[in-house]
Order: sequence, then structure tokens, then C-alpha cells
Amino acid sequence: MTPRTAPPPPAIAVQGLRKRFGATAALDGMSFDVAAGKVTGFVGPNGAGKTTTMRVILGLDAPDEGRALIGGVPYAKLRRPLGHIGALLDAAALQPGRSARNHLLWLAHSQGLGTKRVEEVVEASGLGKAIRRKAGGYSLGMRQRLGIAAAMLGDPPVVMLDEPFNGLDPEGIFWIRGYLKELAGQGRAVLVSSHLMSELEGCADHLVVVGRGKVIADTGVADLIARSSGGRVVLRTGSRAEATTALANGGGTVAVTGPDQLTVDGLTTEEVVRVLNAGGVPFAEVSAHRASLEEAYMDLTRDSVEFRAAMTATMTDASGEVA
Amino acid sequence: MVSSDSFWNLVRAEWTKLRTVRGWMVGLALAAILTVALGMLGPLGSSSSCSQVDSNGATSHTCHVTGPPRDASGQEVQDQSTFVRRTLAGDGSITARLTSFSGKYSPDGGGPPDPTDPTAGMVDGLQPWSKAGILIKDGSNFGSAYAAVLATGSHGVRMQYDYTHDTAGLPGSVTAAAPRWLRLTRAGDVITGYDSADGTTWTEIGAAHLANLPADVEVGVFAASPDYAVVKSSFGGSSTNTGPSLATGTFDRIAVTGQSTGGWSGPGIGGEPSGHSGPGAAQGPAAAAVAAANGADGFTVTGSGDIAPAGPGEGADKSAEGSLVGTFGGLIAVIVVAALSMTSEYRRGLIRTSLAASPRRGRLLAAKAVVLGAVSFVVGLVAAAIAVPTVRAVEHSKSMYVYHASTGAQIRMVIGTAAILAVAAVFALAIATIVRRGAAAVAAVIVAIILPYILAVASVLPAGAAEWLARLTPAAAFAVQQTVKPWPMVEASYTPANGYYPLSPWAGLAVLCLYAAVAYAIAHRLLRRRDA
Repeated sequence: MTPRTAPPPPAIAVQGLRKRFGATAALDGMSFDVAAGKVTGFVGPNGAGKTTTMRVILGLDAPDEGRALIGGVPYAKLRRPLGHIGALLDAAALQPGRSARNHLLWLAHSQGLGTKRVEEVVEASGLGKAIRRKAGGYSLGMRQRLGIAAAMLGDPPVVMLDEPFNGLDPEGIFWIRGYLKELAGQGRAVLVSSHLMSELEGCADHLVVVGRGKVIADTGVADLIARSSGGRVVLRTGSRAEATTALANGGGTVAVTGPDQLTVDGLTTEEVVRVLNAGGVPFAEVSAHRASLEEAYMDLTRDSVEFRAAMTATMTDASGEVA
Repeated sequence: MVSSDSFWNLVRAEWTKLRTVRGWMVGLALAAILTVALGMLGPLGSSSSCSQVDSNGATSHTCHVTGPPRDASGQEVQDQSTFVRRTLAGDGSITARLTSFSGKYSPDGGGPPDPTDPTAGMVDGLQPWSKAGILIKDGSNFGSAYAAVLATGSHGVRMQYDYTHDTAGLPGSVTAAAPRWLRLTRAGDVITGYDSADGTTWTEIGAAHLANLPADVEVGVFAASPDYAVVKSSFGGSSTNTGPSLATGTFDRIAVTGQSTGGWSGPGIGGEPSGHSGPGAAQGPAAAAVAAANGADGFTVTGSGDIAPAGPGEGADKSAEGSLVGTFGGLIAVIVVAALSMTSEYRRGLIRTSLAASPRRGRLLAAKAVVLGAVSFVVGLVAAAIAVPTVRAVEHSKSMYVYHASTGAQIRMVIGTAAILAVAAVFALAIATIVRRGAAAVAAVIVAIILPYILAVASVLPAGAAEWLARLTPAAAFAVQQTVKPWPMVEASYTPANGYYPLSPWAGLAVLCLYAAVAYAIAHRLLRRRDA
């Protein structure tokens, strides 16, 4: 009797993207969804395929296989696309001789928008009077703000930002984190990429972790931290060497995480205390570990040999994806 | 649903993009300035002396622009011949038999005329358009209305009237064994020309409607011969070797019907001295214009000069399109702006922002083409509208004579200049989209348009090579500025260097349009297929 309404399509759906650049597979079956009302972190090392994925979402690069949909529609089919998705791919992509305001103005005109909307996004960007200056004289931080203002021109339900924290001072990072949370709070879907997990600390609700062109993990931030924290013990001791030997013999995996700090896997707090007491090793503190997002991320990717290879490849390949 | 206004949103966005970069607006202003300034350089830099030697041998320093005589339409003409004539009142006719036709010319270009022997150093031979025949003419001034039936050096018998009209009659050359009978009849404004090989069987060549002809006209026999000219063409340019020439026609059986009063007059006839100067009379080597009675009903007439349309030669003569020689400078500026407005987007990565704003990429390219084409057209129009009167004023102040061009031709010249800039801008946009690098795009378009233009018009190449450049390369478009006309009945060096293009104005512009269209199609395809 009551018509069953199909669930709304995800804000962004990335479905089985594959793309090769010569011998390199930039995208190797990339698939994930981005939900409305959340900040989704898109995390992975440089060269993992984040920017390429975003370009495919915007219809700039054509995938060899797969597709990307915005609200169920391919980008190329969107009319006045900036009203559907606002994106910041490269904050440096500006004509240096054109004022920031005129940059926003032509973009607004292309969507049939006028000066009024430009004034509104300028207001929100915090650029103030600098908006009349030539974009060529902008600092990277100002460019990021300008790029975000441009992304918001069409008041889109989906916002996608590629490495927006790059080049920002702490105040700028703080501003963006707050702004992204505010956008998600308004019900918008926010996809934000970063190669540094720490930048997303306290901001992202959901994480899509990628390496070598595919998704390694697609998980809620709270779940991830809880899982990473599980079963790990932090030990403070002045006798690191003896403690390491004793704990290893007792069946634990020991990592040095500070000058007088060890982190132990595979043993509970009680077991650690017993082993140390049995060996006569002095210690100052033994506590259950609460993982940071960064640790959770490292933990998540530690066992991924493929992922490490990708990291190594990126680090030796200076021509990574940062444009 | 495609909203119809979205394309115009893109056009508006592209216009906003263009106008908000000061360097590009300066470049477009520079295009107009260069077009005007380069046009003025030529006349400003020339130092034509105002001093003239008048007929008494005295040097006068008064400066006034003198040009060739003009006909009723304003077309410059040559109107010099040896004319043995009498007056005909109202309707009537003249008939004559031309029994021999010969000429002399100076193959070495001739030196200063020798007053005692004008034919010194000359060899026998007619020029292709040497003329001898019968003439009905409004005798009042140079450039007045006329109709003639005449034999030529190598183009057979022709009927010609009012300088620019020419119809072929009997072919072949005139000899004693094959004389030519010629006849003109007047009935009101209509003059009909006939020729005949035997004086009994007459063929109508054509009829001329001469609205300007007065009731009293002069009728008679004439001879004229344009200067001998040979063009030597080689790499490094062409040189023209000219020298005077003479033609002599021997007439008999001259018969005038109708109300004809008074006797025959002409140089050496009826008490007139040789070398008489007046409308229709020769001004060449003085003693060369001479006529003598040939029996009871004939004359032998020797003359030089021509009765034909005239075009700008070398020296102080200027064509109307000369005021737009600066177009190539404006074109370079427009090409640079058009190419950079695209390649700078690639250079900065801004193309991704543009394509994200307009995922239908063909529309983005079209919007850019519309804006660049329209803006360049307006720039060209403004530049030409300033250049034409400005340069002409400078030319007048330098005592240069500017040849007549019809209003239609001048409008076409101005609109065509704007069109060249507009189409070249679209061409540059397309090449810039293909190569994506500013320097490469600008260089490619300049090599395609400006280089062949300069090679063709700067007398660097032989005329043949220059004509092929002006036919096959985008430089063919400059034909749209041409107002000077090549006349089939006037031998001259009709080369691009002298302002004569091998293609018609619109066909020349079409060549550039074709290049632009092909480049645009490739650019469209690449833009759609390439990752941004």
C-alpha cells in the first residue's frame, strides 16, 4: 500500500574505477560511497590515487573502467554542476593577473549566478578586502580559502576538497576543520583528502583509506580507534632493553615508542606486570593504550605489504600527485 | 533538459575571464593601435618632394595633390591618344578601314626622349594592347565618356567604352591582306559597334549606353600604345623594365554620316601642331603624336598612351587599402591574446576549473570562440575605422594621391579586416587548444598567417611563388582588403606585392576560414577526448 521509496543514492558513489597511466595503475578497482551529513576523510600516501579519483568524479579524467556518480548522476550529465558538487582540486589554479573577486565572478557567471552570490561566499571565506587583489599575490593559505569560496558558489549539497590543509598555518587548519564540520552539520556530504591522517584528527567522521589505487579501509573513525586501541599496553620503564627481552620471551610484541616507553601487543596489562615482576625489571607505569587516529592509521596499514611498497614508490618518485 | 541560456552563461563567463586580465585588454588595445600606427609609418616616413617641374621648365614649390584623370564613376583612367577628329551633332555614324597597324618600342627601357628623333633606339613591334581604331567621344575633358571599336596588338578587334568595358570582336591581326572595317553608330545614348573583314558583311560587337554623352561629340580615328613593360621575377623580388612605345594605324575609306560640321583636326592636321595636348590627345613623346593625310579619305595616325582604366603604380600613388597595411601588426596582437587566453588555463591548471564548471567541453570551446571572435571583430572594426581616415589624411598631407575605391569595396575592406582578426583569433584559439603551450601556439599561427603574408607582399619571392602563398596559405585572407582591380585590358604586374591577390576577396577570406574550421574541429575533438 505505502509506496516503498528507494533509499536516496549516496552523495558520491565511486564504483570500480580503474585507470592506467602507461605502465602504472593509478586506480585499481577504487570503490566507495560518500554519505551526506558527514565529513569523510580520503586518506592515503601521495600517489595512492586520491587526486585521480577526484578528477574522475569531476569528469576531468575518463576512467578505463568503472564510474563515479554524484547523487546518482554522472558529472557530465549535470547541468550547472557547481550547484550539485563544489570542488577544490588545486588552489594554485588561478590566473595570476585576475583579482580573486573576478575569479569568483566568472565562475558564478558560468553557472548563471550573479554578483550577490559572489559577495556571500566572499563573506564566508574571511578573505575580506584582499578579495580585490590579484590572485597572483595570494599566499597558499589565501588561495585555499579562495578555492573553498569557489567550491561553495553553487551552494552545493556535496563538497569535495583535495588536500585543503596544504600550506595552511595552524589557524587556517583550525578554521577549515571547523568549516568542514559546519558544512557536514548542515547536512552536506564532505569528502576531504589528505596524506596526513593527523590533519583530519577531530574533524573526520568517516575514513576511506587508500593505497595503490584501491580502498584499504572504509570505516567510521570511532570504530577504527576502538579497534586499534584494543589489547595494547603502554609501559614506561628506565630499563628498556631488559623489559623488551623479558616481554618478548613472555610472548609479547614490543615496539619502542619513546625514550622510556614501550608499547606491547599480545599481552594484557596483568600479563605484562607479571612478566616484568618475574624478570625483576623495574617499571614506572603500565596502562591500557588509547590510540590516536594517526596510530590507528599506521596500525591499519602496517601489515599491508602492498601499501608499504606504494609508500616507498611514492617517496622515491618525486613526481607524485601533488600538482 | 538543456536550458537554452546555459551557453550564454558560458559566453558571459568567458567574456568576464577575458576582460578581467589587464594584460589581455592591453593586448587588444595594442592590436588597434598597431593597426593604425603601422599604417601611418609608410606615408609618414616617405619624403616625397612637393617641388614639381612645370611645363615651362620652372620648378614650382606649391604642394597640391594631383592624380590621373577620372571617369564619371571616379575610376582613375588614362586618356591619351592621337585622335584625328571632327564634330558630330546628334545621331550619325563613322566607318573606317584599318589597313595596317604597326608599332615601335624601347626594349631597354628607353632613356630621356630625344626631341629630334623620338624613335631613336626603338625596335619594331606592337604592344599587346596597342590600339588603333575609331572613336566617338565627349571631347570636353580627360576621363569623359567614349565608345571605340579598335584593333589591338594581340587581342584582335575590340569594342571598348567608358574605360572599363571591353568586348571582343574579330580575332587576328591587321595586315594589308586582312584589313579591318570598323563602324560606330550613334542613336541617342546608344552607341553600337560593328566590325567587318570586307566592308559588306557587318557583325555587331556590342552596344554601349552612354548616358553622359552630350549632343555634340567628336568622332574620328585614333592610335595609342601603352608603355612597354617587362617584369623580371626572381628571388629577392621582381623588377619592372618599362619604356615608351608607339603605334601607327593607317586608315582609309573614312566616312562620317549625320550632321558633321567643320573639317578634320588633330596633331599635324588642320593647322594643329604635332603633340597637341588636350582631351583624348597624346601627352607622350611630343613629336611622336602625329597624323598625316592618307589619300583623300584617310589618315595615318601615330600615337602613344592609352585609353583605359588606371591603377596605382609605384611612387606616390596609394591604393585605398594602403591605409590598412598595419593590419598584420594588429593581427599579431590578437593572435597572442587569443592563444594565451587558452594556454594560460592549461599552464595554471585553470582549465580543470573551467571544465568542471562546463562538463560539456564543446560548449566551453564554442563560448571561447564566440567571445574571442566577437571581441577581435570589434577591435578590427574600430582599428580600421580609425586607420582609414587617419592614414589617408597623412597621405594627403604628403601629397600622395589615393586611388578611388567604390563605397562597397571600402566597406568590404573594413568589414573584411575585422573578419580577418576575428577568424584568426578563432584559429589561434584552436591551435592553442591543440598544442596547449603559449609560445608554440603563437609561433605556429604567426608562421601560418603573417609569414606567408610578408613573404608574398614584400617582393621577397618571385611573383609565381608569392601568388601560390596568397592562394594556399591563410594569408589568402588579405585579399578581402583589396580594392584595386586587375584589368584584363591593361598589362601590369598584378602580383600580391603590388596589392593584387590571386583569389577574390571573399574566396581569400574563405581560405582562412577553412584553416580555422579544420583547426577548430581538431581542437574540439582533442578537448573532448583528452584528460584535463
